[in-house]
Amino acid sequence: MAGALGKDLTGLRHLSAEQLRLVLDTAEPFKEVSERAIKKVPALRGKTVVNLFFEASTRTRISFEFAEKRLSADTVNVASSGSSVSKGETLVDTARNLEAMRIDMVVIRHPSSGAAEFLARRIRSNVVNAGDGTNEHPTQGLLDMLTLRDRLGDLAGKRVAICGDVLHSRVARSNIWGLTRLGAEVAVCGPPTLLPTRVESMGVRVFHRIEEAIGWADALNVLRLQLERMQAGFIPSLREYNRVWGVTAERLDRAPKPLVIMHPGPMNRGVEIDSDVADGPHSVILPQVTNGVAVRMAVLYLLAGGGPDWSDAGGEER
Amino acid sequence: MPPTIPILDGTGMQRALARMASEIVERARGVEGLVLVGIQRRGVEIAERLARLIERAEGSRPALGKLDITLYRDDLQTIGPRPVIGVTSLPPLDGRTVVIVDDVLYTGRTVRAALDECADFGRPRRILLCVLVDRGGRELPIQADIVGQAVTTAPGERVDVLVQELDGRDAVELARPG
Repeated sequence: MAGALGKDLTGLRHLSAEQLRLVLDTAEPFKEVSERAIKKVPALRGKTVVNLFFEASTRTRISFEFAEKRLSADTVNVASSGSSVSKGETLVDTARNLEAMRIDMVVIRHPSSGAAEFLARRIRSNVVNAGDGTNEHPTQGLLDMLTLRDRLGDLAGKRVAICGDVLHSRVARSNIWGLTRLGAEVAVCGPPTLLPTRVESMGVRVFHRIEEAIGWADALNVLRLQLERMQAGFIPSLREYNRVWGVTAERLDRAPKPLVIMHPGPMNRGVEIDSDVADGPHSVILPQVTNGVAVRMAVLYLLAGGGPDWSDAGGEER
Repeated sequence: MPPTIPILDGTGMQRALARMASEIVERARGVEGLVLVGIQRRGVEIAERLARLIERAEGSRPALGKLDITLYRDDLQTIGPRPVIGVTSLPPLDGRTVVIVDDVLYTGRTVRAALDECADFGRPRRILLCVLVDRGGRELPIQADIVGQAVTTAPGERVDVLVQELDGRDAVELARPG
Protein backbone atom coordinates (compact mmCIF):
# COMPACT_ATOMS: atom_id res chain seq x y z
CA MET A 1 0.00 0.00 0.00
CA ALA A 2 1.17 3.50 -0.72
CA GLY A 3 1.46 6.13 1.99
CA ALA A 4 1.93 9.86 1.63
CA LEU A 5 5.29 9.37 -0.14
CA GLY A 6 4.07 6.73 -2.60
CA LYS A 7 5.70 3.31 -3.04
CA ASP A 8 9.33 4.38 -3.42
CA LEU A 9 11.83 7.11 -2.68
CA THR A 10 14.07 7.29 -5.72
CA GLY A 11 14.84 11.01 -5.58
CA LEU A 12 13.79 14.39 -4.28
CA ARG A 13 13.23 15.87 -7.73
CA HIS A 14 9.57 14.91 -7.91
CA LEU A 15 8.57 15.35 -4.27
CA SER A 16 6.25 18.20 -3.35
CA ALA A 17 7.10 20.75 -0.67
CA GLU A 18 4.38 19.13 1.44
CA GLN A 19 5.98 15.69 1.10
CA LEU A 20 9.46 17.04 1.91
CA ARG A 21 8.13 18.77 5.02
CA LEU A 22 6.32 15.58 6.05
CA VAL A 23 9.59 13.61 5.98
CA LEU A 24 11.44 16.31 7.94
CA ASP A 25 8.62 16.62 10.50
CA THR A 26 8.38 12.84 10.84
CA ALA A 27 12.16 12.67 11.42
CA GLU A 28 11.87 14.95 14.50
CA PRO A 29 10.33 12.35 16.86
CA PHE A 30 12.71 9.69 15.50
CA LYS A 31 15.67 11.76 16.74
CA GLU A 32 14.39 11.13 20.26
CA VAL A 33 14.10 7.36 19.73
CA SER A 34 17.88 7.17 19.23
CA GLU A 35 18.39 8.94 22.59
CA ARG A 36 16.40 6.33 24.53
CA ALA A 37 18.02 3.67 26.68
CA ILE A 38 16.20 1.07 24.56
CA LYS A 39 16.71 2.50 21.07
CA LYS A 40 13.93 0.59 19.41
CA VAL A 41 10.27 0.96 18.52
CA PRO A 42 8.11 -1.83 17.05
CA ALA A 43 6.75 0.17 14.09
CA LEU A 44 8.29 -2.07 11.35
CA ARG A 45 8.16 -5.36 13.24
CA GLY A 46 7.92 -8.27 10.82
CA LYS A 47 9.10 -6.22 7.81
CA THR A 48 12.13 -7.52 5.94
CA VAL A 49 14.50 -5.00 4.41
CA VAL A 50 17.34 -5.86 2.04
CA ASN A 51 20.26 -3.47 1.76
CA LEU A 52 21.53 -4.04 -1.75
CA PHE A 53 24.85 -2.24 -2.14
CA PHE A 54 26.62 -2.39 -5.49
CA GLU A 55 29.10 0.30 -4.42
CA ALA A 56 31.34 0.79 -1.43
CA SER A 57 29.66 2.57 1.47
CA THR A 58 30.22 2.67 5.18
CA ARG A 59 28.26 5.59 6.56
CA THR A 60 25.14 5.26 4.43
CA ARG A 61 24.84 1.49 4.77
CA ILE A 62 25.37 1.53 8.53
CA SER A 63 22.99 4.47 8.91
CA PHE A 64 20.26 2.61 7.01
CA GLU A 65 20.96 -0.52 9.02
CA PHE A 66 20.62 1.34 12.33
CA ALA A 67 17.42 2.97 11.09
CA GLU A 68 15.96 -0.42 10.13
CA LYS A 69 16.97 -2.09 13.38
CA ARG A 70 15.63 0.78 15.52
CA LEU A 71 12.29 0.30 13.76
CA SER A 72 12.43 -3.46 14.55
CA ALA A 73 12.65 -4.50 10.88
CA ASP A 74 14.65 -7.60 9.93
CA THR A 75 17.58 -6.71 7.71
CA VAL A 76 19.84 -8.49 5.27
CA ASN A 77 22.89 -6.94 3.65
CA VAL A 78 23.88 -7.92 0.13
CA ALA A 79 27.10 -6.56 -1.34
CA SER A 80 27.96 -6.99 -5.01
CA SER A 81 31.27 -8.66 -4.27
CA GLY A 82 30.84 -12.14 -2.87
CA SER A 83 27.28 -12.45 -4.20
CA SER A 84 25.78 -13.81 -7.39
CA VAL A 85 26.09 -10.27 -8.79
CA SER A 86 29.77 -10.98 -9.33
CA LYS A 87 28.70 -14.00 -11.42
CA GLY A 88 26.90 -11.72 -13.85
CA GLU A 89 23.34 -11.83 -12.53
CA THR A 90 21.29 -8.83 -13.62
CA LEU A 91 19.93 -6.31 -11.15
CA VAL A 92 16.33 -7.30 -11.79
CA ASP A 93 17.09 -11.01 -11.43
CA THR A 94 18.86 -10.39 -8.14
CA ALA A 95 15.92 -8.36 -6.85
CA ARG A 96 13.28 -10.82 -8.08
CA ASN A 97 15.09 -13.67 -6.37
CA LEU A 98 15.09 -11.67 -3.16
CA GLU A 99 11.40 -10.93 -3.61
CA ALA A 100 10.72 -14.64 -4.03
CA MET A 101 11.93 -14.90 -0.42
CA ARG A 102 9.15 -12.47 0.56
CA ILE A 103 10.96 -9.25 1.36
CA ASP A 104 9.19 -5.92 1.86
CA MET A 105 11.74 -3.22 1.06
CA VAL A 106 14.97 -2.78 -0.87
CA VAL A 107 17.54 -0.11 -0.12
CA ILE A 108 19.76 0.15 -3.18
CA ARG A 109 23.05 1.83 -3.95
CA HIS A 110 24.26 1.45 -7.51
CA PRO A 111 26.93 3.05 -9.72
CA SER A 112 24.46 3.64 -12.56
CA SER A 113 22.22 6.73 -12.57
CA GLY A 114 18.59 5.67 -12.69
CA ALA A 115 19.15 2.20 -11.20
CA ALA A 116 16.80 2.80 -8.26
CA GLU A 117 13.97 4.05 -10.48
CA PHE A 118 14.57 1.16 -12.90
CA LEU A 119 14.25 -1.33 -10.06
CA ALA A 120 11.29 0.42 -8.42
CA ARG A 121 9.25 0.00 -11.59
CA ARG A 122 9.93 -3.70 -11.78
CA ILE A 123 9.41 -5.05 -8.27
CA ARG A 124 6.54 -4.87 -5.81
CA SER A 125 8.70 -4.05 -2.78
CA ASN A 126 9.27 -0.47 -1.66
CA VAL A 127 12.56 0.85 -3.06
CA VAL A 128 14.74 3.45 -1.35
CA ASN A 129 17.57 5.00 -3.34
CA ALA A 130 20.78 5.08 -1.29
CA GLY A 131 22.68 6.74 -4.13
CA ASP A 132 22.53 6.00 -7.88
CA GLY A 133 25.47 7.07 -10.03
CA THR A 134 25.59 10.84 -10.32
CA ASN A 135 21.80 11.17 -10.16
CA GLU A 136 20.44 11.41 -6.62
CA HIS A 137 21.08 10.49 -2.99
CA PRO A 138 17.72 11.52 -1.56
CA THR A 139 18.22 10.54 2.08
CA GLN A 140 21.48 12.53 2.14
CA GLY A 141 19.61 15.53 0.72
CA LEU A 142 16.94 15.13 3.39
CA LEU A 143 19.42 14.83 6.26
CA ASP A 144 21.21 17.93 4.99
CA MET A 145 17.89 19.78 4.93
CA LEU A 146 16.98 18.56 8.43
CA THR A 147 20.38 19.69 9.76
CA LEU A 148 20.04 23.09 8.08
CA ARG A 149 16.53 23.49 9.48
CA ASP A 150 17.84 22.66 12.97
CA ARG A 151 20.35 25.52 12.67
CA LEU A 152 18.62 28.09 10.48
CA GLY A 153 14.91 27.47 11.04
CA ASP A 154 12.51 27.57 8.07
CA LEU A 155 14.51 27.06 4.90
CA ALA A 156 12.58 29.55 2.77
CA GLY A 157 14.90 32.37 1.73
CA LYS A 158 17.99 30.79 3.30
CA ARG A 159 21.13 30.73 1.16
CA VAL A 160 23.01 27.50 0.68
CA ALA A 161 26.15 27.22 -1.42
CA ILE A 162 27.21 23.77 -2.62
CA CYS A 163 30.95 23.80 -3.19
CA GLY A 164 33.31 21.55 -5.08
CA ASP A 165 32.75 18.65 -7.45
CA VAL A 166 29.11 19.34 -8.33
CA LEU A 167 29.45 17.54 -11.66
CA HIS A 168 29.85 14.05 -10.21
CA SER A 169 27.78 14.63 -7.09
CA ARG A 170 24.41 12.98 -6.51
CA VAL A 171 24.42 14.72 -3.11
CA ALA A 172 24.48 18.08 -4.89
CA ARG A 173 21.55 17.13 -7.11
CA SER A 174 19.36 15.94 -4.25
CA ASN A 175 20.25 19.07 -2.28
CA ILE A 176 19.40 21.34 -5.20
CA TRP A 177 16.02 19.73 -5.89
CA GLY A 178 14.99 19.55 -2.24
CA LEU A 179 16.25 22.95 -1.07
CA THR A 180 14.83 24.90 -4.00
CA ARG A 181 11.46 23.15 -3.57
CA LEU A 182 11.35 24.41 0.01
CA GLY A 183 12.14 27.94 -1.12
CA ALA A 184 15.84 28.14 -0.22
CA GLU A 185 18.24 29.97 -2.52
CA VAL A 186 20.93 27.62 -3.78
CA ALA A 187 24.27 28.36 -5.41
CA VAL A 188 26.98 26.10 -6.72
CA CYS A 189 30.64 26.96 -6.66
CA GLY A 190 33.60 25.07 -8.07
CA PRO A 191 36.08 24.80 -10.92
CA PRO A 192 34.27 25.08 -14.27
CA THR A 193 35.49 21.57 -15.16
CA LEU A 194 33.55 20.23 -12.16
CA LEU A 195 30.25 22.05 -12.75
CA PRO A 196 27.55 20.50 -14.92
CA THR A 197 26.84 22.34 -18.16
CA ARG A 198 23.71 24.49 -17.92
CA VAL A 199 23.59 24.01 -14.15
CA GLU A 200 21.66 27.32 -13.95
CA SER A 201 18.68 25.53 -15.47
CA MET A 202 18.29 23.69 -12.15
CA GLY A 203 17.40 27.02 -10.54
CA VAL A 204 20.76 27.77 -8.92
CA ARG A 205 23.22 30.62 -9.20
CA VAL A 206 26.88 29.99 -9.99
CA PHE A 207 29.93 31.41 -8.24
CA HIS A 208 33.34 31.06 -9.81
CA ARG A 209 35.26 32.05 -6.69
CA ILE A 210 34.87 30.41 -3.27
CA GLU A 211 35.19 33.85 -1.61
CA GLU A 212 32.03 35.00 -3.39
CA ALA A 213 30.09 31.97 -2.22
CA ILE A 214 31.29 32.48 1.36
CA GLY A 215 30.29 36.14 1.24
CA TRP A 216 26.79 35.27 -0.03
CA ALA A 217 25.74 32.14 1.84
CA ASP A 218 24.18 31.24 5.21
CA ALA A 219 25.54 27.71 4.91
CA LEU A 220 28.14 25.85 2.87
CA ASN A 221 27.74 22.25 1.82
CA VAL A 222 31.31 21.24 0.98
CA LEU A 223 31.48 18.25 -1.35
CA ARG A 224 34.15 15.61 -1.29
CA LEU A 225 36.70 15.91 -4.05
CA GLN A 226 36.79 12.41 -5.47
CA LEU A 227 40.52 11.86 -5.74
CA GLU A 228 40.29 9.89 -8.96
CA ARG A 229 39.14 13.14 -10.62
CA MET A 230 42.68 14.44 -10.49
CA GLN A 231 44.00 11.55 -12.58
CA ALA A 232 41.15 12.21 -15.01
CA GLY A 233 42.44 15.76 -15.50
CA PHE A 234 39.57 17.73 -13.98
CA ILE A 235 41.95 19.57 -11.65
CA PRO A 236 45.70 20.18 -11.85
CA SER A 237 46.67 19.04 -8.33
CA LEU A 238 45.19 18.56 -4.87
CA ARG A 239 47.41 21.27 -3.47
CA GLU A 240 46.26 23.76 -6.04
CA TYR A 241 42.64 22.75 -5.47
CA ASN A 242 43.01 23.48 -1.77
CA ARG A 243 44.67 26.82 -2.44
CA VAL A 244 41.95 28.02 -4.82
CA TRP A 245 38.80 26.20 -3.65
CA GLY A 246 39.54 24.96 -0.12
CA VAL A 247 37.20 26.05 2.68
CA THR A 248 39.68 27.46 5.16
CA ALA A 249 39.32 29.27 8.49
CA GLU A 250 41.07 32.26 6.96
CA ARG A 251 38.46 32.57 4.20
CA LEU A 252 35.56 32.05 6.60
CA ASP A 253 36.90 34.74 8.95
CA ARG A 254 36.32 37.29 6.21
CA ALA A 255 32.63 36.37 5.85
CA PRO A 256 30.10 38.93 7.13
CA LYS A 257 28.57 36.28 9.43
CA PRO A 258 29.41 32.78 10.69
CA LEU A 259 28.42 30.11 8.18
CA VAL A 260 26.97 26.68 8.94
CA ILE A 261 29.46 24.16 7.55
CA MET A 262 28.26 20.82 6.18
CA HIS A 263 30.08 17.96 4.48
CA PRO A 264 28.52 14.65 3.40
CA GLY A 265 31.72 12.72 4.15
CA PRO A 266 34.11 11.09 3.80
CA MET A 267 36.27 14.20 4.12
CA ASN A 268 39.61 14.86 2.52
CA ARG A 269 41.04 17.05 5.24
CA GLY A 270 43.34 19.68 3.80
CA VAL A 271 41.87 19.34 0.30
CA GLU A 272 38.28 20.64 0.06
CA ILE A 273 38.03 21.49 3.77
CA ASP A 274 40.60 22.34 6.42
CA SER A 275 40.65 20.50 9.73
CA ASP A 276 40.09 23.60 11.86
CA VAL A 277 36.89 24.28 9.86
CA ALA A 278 35.66 20.67 9.93
CA ASP A 279 36.18 20.52 13.69
CA GLY A 280 35.20 24.13 14.34
CA PRO A 281 32.24 25.56 16.24
CA HIS A 282 30.08 26.07 13.13
CA SER A 283 30.61 22.60 11.71
CA VAL A 284 27.50 20.37 11.76
CA ILE A 285 29.21 17.43 10.11
CA LEU A 286 28.57 15.04 13.02
CA PRO A 287 24.98 16.27 13.63
CA GLN A 288 24.44 15.46 9.94
CA VAL A 289 25.38 11.85 10.66
CA THR A 290 23.07 11.72 13.70
CA ASN A 291 20.21 13.20 11.68
CA GLY A 292 20.86 10.66 8.92
CA VAL A 293 19.53 7.84 11.08
CA ALA A 294 16.39 9.81 12.02
CA VAL A 295 15.66 10.79 8.41
CA ARG A 296 16.08 7.21 7.20
CA MET A 297 13.79 5.96 9.96
CA ALA A 298 11.21 8.51 8.83
CA VAL A 299 11.51 7.46 5.16
CA LEU A 300 11.21 3.74 5.92
CA TYR A 301 8.27 4.36 8.26
CA LEU A 302 6.42 6.51 5.73
CA LEU A 303 7.02 4.08 2.85
CA ALA A 304 5.77 1.21 5.03
CA GLY A 305 2.48 3.04 5.35
CA GLY A 306 2.99 5.16 8.45
CA GLY A 307 2.18 8.83 8.60
CA PRO A 308 -0.97 10.66 7.58
CA ASP A 309 -3.18 9.28 4.85
CA TRP A 310 -3.77 12.26 2.62
CA SER A 311 -6.56 10.54 0.74
CA ASP A 312 -8.77 10.74 3.83
CA ALA A 313 -9.25 13.96 5.72
CA GLY A 314 -10.95 12.33 8.73
CA GLY A 315 -9.51 12.28 12.23
CA GLU A 316 -8.66 9.32 14.37
CA GLU A 317 -11.74 7.47 15.54
CA ARG A 318 -12.34 8.00 19.23
CA MET B 1 -22.56 18.61 10.61
CA PRO B 2 -23.66 15.52 12.56
CA PRO B 3 -25.85 16.24 15.58
CA THR B 4 -23.87 16.41 18.83
CA ILE B 5 -25.11 15.52 22.28
CA PRO B 6 -23.41 17.20 25.24
CA ILE B 7 -21.98 14.81 27.82
CA LEU B 8 -20.07 17.26 30.01
CA ASP B 9 -19.98 21.06 29.91
CA GLY B 10 -17.05 23.11 31.21
CA THR B 11 -18.20 23.01 34.84
CA GLY B 12 -18.99 19.31 34.67
CA MET B 13 -15.57 18.60 33.21
CA GLN B 14 -13.83 20.59 35.96
CA ARG B 15 -15.75 18.70 38.64
CA ALA B 16 -14.85 15.37 37.05
CA LEU B 17 -11.17 16.37 36.85
CA ALA B 18 -11.14 17.49 40.50
CA ARG B 19 -12.56 14.13 41.60
CA MET B 20 -10.11 12.24 39.36
CA ALA B 21 -7.19 14.21 40.84
CA SER B 22 -8.16 13.31 44.37
CA GLU B 23 -8.73 9.65 43.41
CA ILE B 24 -5.25 9.51 41.88
CA VAL B 25 -3.64 10.77 45.09
CA GLU B 26 -5.76 8.39 47.15
CA ARG B 27 -4.83 5.37 44.98
CA ALA B 28 -1.15 6.34 44.91
CA ARG B 29 -1.15 7.23 48.64
CA GLY B 30 0.36 10.66 48.07
CA VAL B 31 2.41 12.50 45.48
CA GLU B 32 5.78 10.94 46.35
CA GLY B 33 6.92 8.74 43.45
CA LEU B 34 3.88 9.63 41.36
CA VAL B 35 4.23 10.14 37.59
CA LEU B 36 1.37 11.26 35.35
CA VAL B 37 1.89 10.24 31.73
CA GLY B 38 -0.43 11.85 29.18
CA ILE B 39 -1.04 10.16 25.85
CA GLN B 40 -0.70 12.52 22.88
CA ARG B 41 -2.66 14.66 22.15
CA ARG B 42 -5.44 15.47 24.56
CA GLY B 43 -4.22 13.09 27.25
CA VAL B 44 -1.25 15.45 27.63
CA GLU B 45 -3.48 18.43 28.38
CA ILE B 46 -5.60 16.42 30.80
CA ALA B 47 -2.52 15.12 32.63
CA GLU B 48 -1.29 18.72 33.01
CA ARG B 49 -4.67 19.78 34.41
CA LEU B 50 -4.65 16.88 36.87
CA ALA B 51 -1.10 17.76 37.95
CA ARG B 52 -2.16 21.36 38.68
CA LEU B 53 -5.20 20.18 40.66
CA ILE B 54 -3.07 17.74 42.66
CA GLU B 55 -0.50 20.46 43.37
CA ARG B 56 -3.24 22.79 44.61
CA ALA B 57 -4.65 20.14 46.97
CA GLU B 58 -1.44 18.49 48.14
CA GLY B 59 1.14 21.29 47.92
CA SER B 60 3.49 19.30 45.71
CA ARG B 61 3.42 18.53 42.04
CA PRO B 62 3.64 15.03 40.55
CA ALA B 63 6.19 14.36 37.79
CA LEU B 64 4.76 14.72 34.29
CA GLY B 65 5.51 12.86 31.09
CA LYS B 66 4.05 12.59 27.62
CA LEU B 67 3.82 9.61 25.34
CA ASP B 68 3.11 9.26 21.64
CA ILE B 69 2.11 5.67 20.95
CA THR B 70 1.99 5.92 17.13
CA LEU B 71 5.11 3.78 16.67
CA TYR B 72 3.70 1.10 18.97
CA ARG B 73 0.36 0.75 17.23
CA ASP B 74 -0.59 -2.62 15.78
CA ASP B 75 -2.38 -1.26 12.74
CA LEU B 76 0.36 0.11 10.46
CA GLN B 77 -0.88 -2.39 7.87
CA THR B 78 -4.52 -1.38 7.93
CA ILE B 79 -5.71 1.54 5.87
CA GLY B 80 -6.64 4.53 7.97
CA PRO B 81 -5.67 8.02 8.91
CA ARG B 82 -2.60 8.31 11.08
CA PRO B 83 -1.33 11.44 12.73
CA VAL B 84 2.12 12.92 12.40
CA ILE B 85 4.05 11.61 15.39
CA GLY B 86 4.13 13.78 18.53
CA VAL B 87 6.71 14.18 21.26
CA THR B 88 7.56 11.41 23.72
CA SER B 89 9.30 12.61 26.86
CA LEU B 90 9.23 10.64 30.06
CA PRO B 91 10.81 11.16 33.49
CA PRO B 92 12.42 8.07 35.09
CA LEU B 93 9.72 5.42 35.62
CA ASP B 94 11.64 2.78 37.63
CA GLY B 95 9.96 2.05 40.93
CA ARG B 96 7.37 4.84 40.47
CA THR B 97 3.60 4.76 40.41
CA VAL B 98 2.73 5.65 36.83
CA VAL B 99 -0.72 6.93 35.93
CA ILE B 100 -1.44 6.73 32.21
CA VAL B 101 -3.85 9.54 31.35
CA ASP B 102 -5.98 9.68 28.20
CA ASP B 103 -9.09 11.53 27.14
CA VAL B 104 -11.20 8.64 25.84
CA LEU B 105 -10.99 4.89 26.52
CA TYR B 106 -12.54 2.90 23.66
CA THR B 107 -11.03 -0.27 22.14
CA GLY B 108 -8.12 -0.38 24.60
CA ARG B 109 -5.56 -0.66 21.80
CA THR B 110 -4.02 2.73 22.55
CA VAL B 111 -3.54 1.71 26.19
CA ARG B 112 -2.02 -1.63 25.15
CA ALA B 113 0.49 0.31 23.04
CA ALA B 114 1.17 2.75 25.90
CA LEU B 115 1.86 -0.15 28.29
CA ASP B 116 4.33 -1.65 25.80
CA GLU B 117 6.05 1.70 25.34
CA CYS B 118 6.29 2.34 29.10
CA ALA B 119 7.88 -1.08 29.51
CA ASP B 120 10.66 -0.03 27.11
CA PHE B 121 11.40 3.01 29.28
CA GLY B 122 11.61 1.34 32.67
CA ARG B 123 9.93 -0.79 35.27
CA PRO B 124 7.30 1.16 37.21
CA ARG B 125 6.23 -0.24 40.57
CA ARG B 126 2.67 -0.03 39.38
CA ILE B 127 0.70 1.41 36.45
CA LEU B 128 -2.80 2.87 36.77
CA LEU B 129 -5.10 3.98 33.97
CA CYS B 130 -7.06 7.21 34.27
CA VAL B 131 -9.45 8.42 31.54
CA LEU B 132 -11.83 11.34 31.29
CA VAL B 133 -14.41 9.33 29.31
CA ASP B 134 -14.95 5.57 29.17
CA ARG B 135 -17.14 4.92 26.14
CA GLY B 136 -17.17 1.10 26.30
CA GLY B 137 -16.49 -1.00 23.17
CA ARG B 138 -13.34 -2.71 24.40
CA GLU B 139 -11.46 -5.09 22.06
CA LEU B 140 -8.84 -5.99 24.67
CA PRO B 141 -9.09 -6.95 28.35
CA ILE B 142 -8.20 -3.48 29.64
CA GLN B 143 -10.09 -1.46 32.26
CA ALA B 144 -9.58 2.02 33.65
CA ASP B 145 -8.87 2.52 37.38
CA ILE B 146 -10.14 6.07 37.45
CA VAL B 147 -12.93 7.33 35.17
CA GLY B 148 -14.33 10.85 34.85
CA GLN B 149 -17.51 9.88 33.07
CA ALA B 150 -18.75 6.57 31.68
CA VAL B 151 -21.03 6.76 28.65
CA THR B 152 -22.67 4.09 26.52
CA THR B 153 -22.01 4.58 22.82
CA ALA B 154 -22.59 2.77 19.56
CA PRO B 155 -19.89 2.06 16.98
CA GLY B 156 -19.86 4.90 14.44
CA GLU B 157 -20.51 7.48 17.12
CA ARG B 158 -17.59 9.66 18.15
CA VAL B 159 -16.71 11.12 21.52
CA ASP B 160 -15.06 14.53 21.22
CA VAL B 161 -13.12 15.89 24.16
CA LEU B 162 -12.48 19.61 23.84
CA VAL B 163 -9.94 21.34 26.06
CA GLN B 164 -9.43 25.05 26.62
CA GLU B 165 -5.74 24.88 25.68
CA LEU B 166 -6.33 23.45 22.19
CA ASP B 167 -9.99 24.05 21.39
CA GLY B 168 -10.83 27.26 23.25
CA ARG B 169 -13.40 25.63 25.56
CA ASP B 170 -13.87 22.62 27.82
CA ALA B 171 -16.53 20.10 26.84
CA VAL B 172 -17.24 16.45 26.13
CA GLU B 173 -19.65 15.79 23.29
CA LEU B 174 -21.06 12.73 21.58
CA ALA B 175 -21.24 13.08 17.79
CA ARG B 176 -23.78 10.86 16.03
CA PRO B 177 -23.19 9.96 12.38
CA GLY B 178 -25.19 12.42 10.26
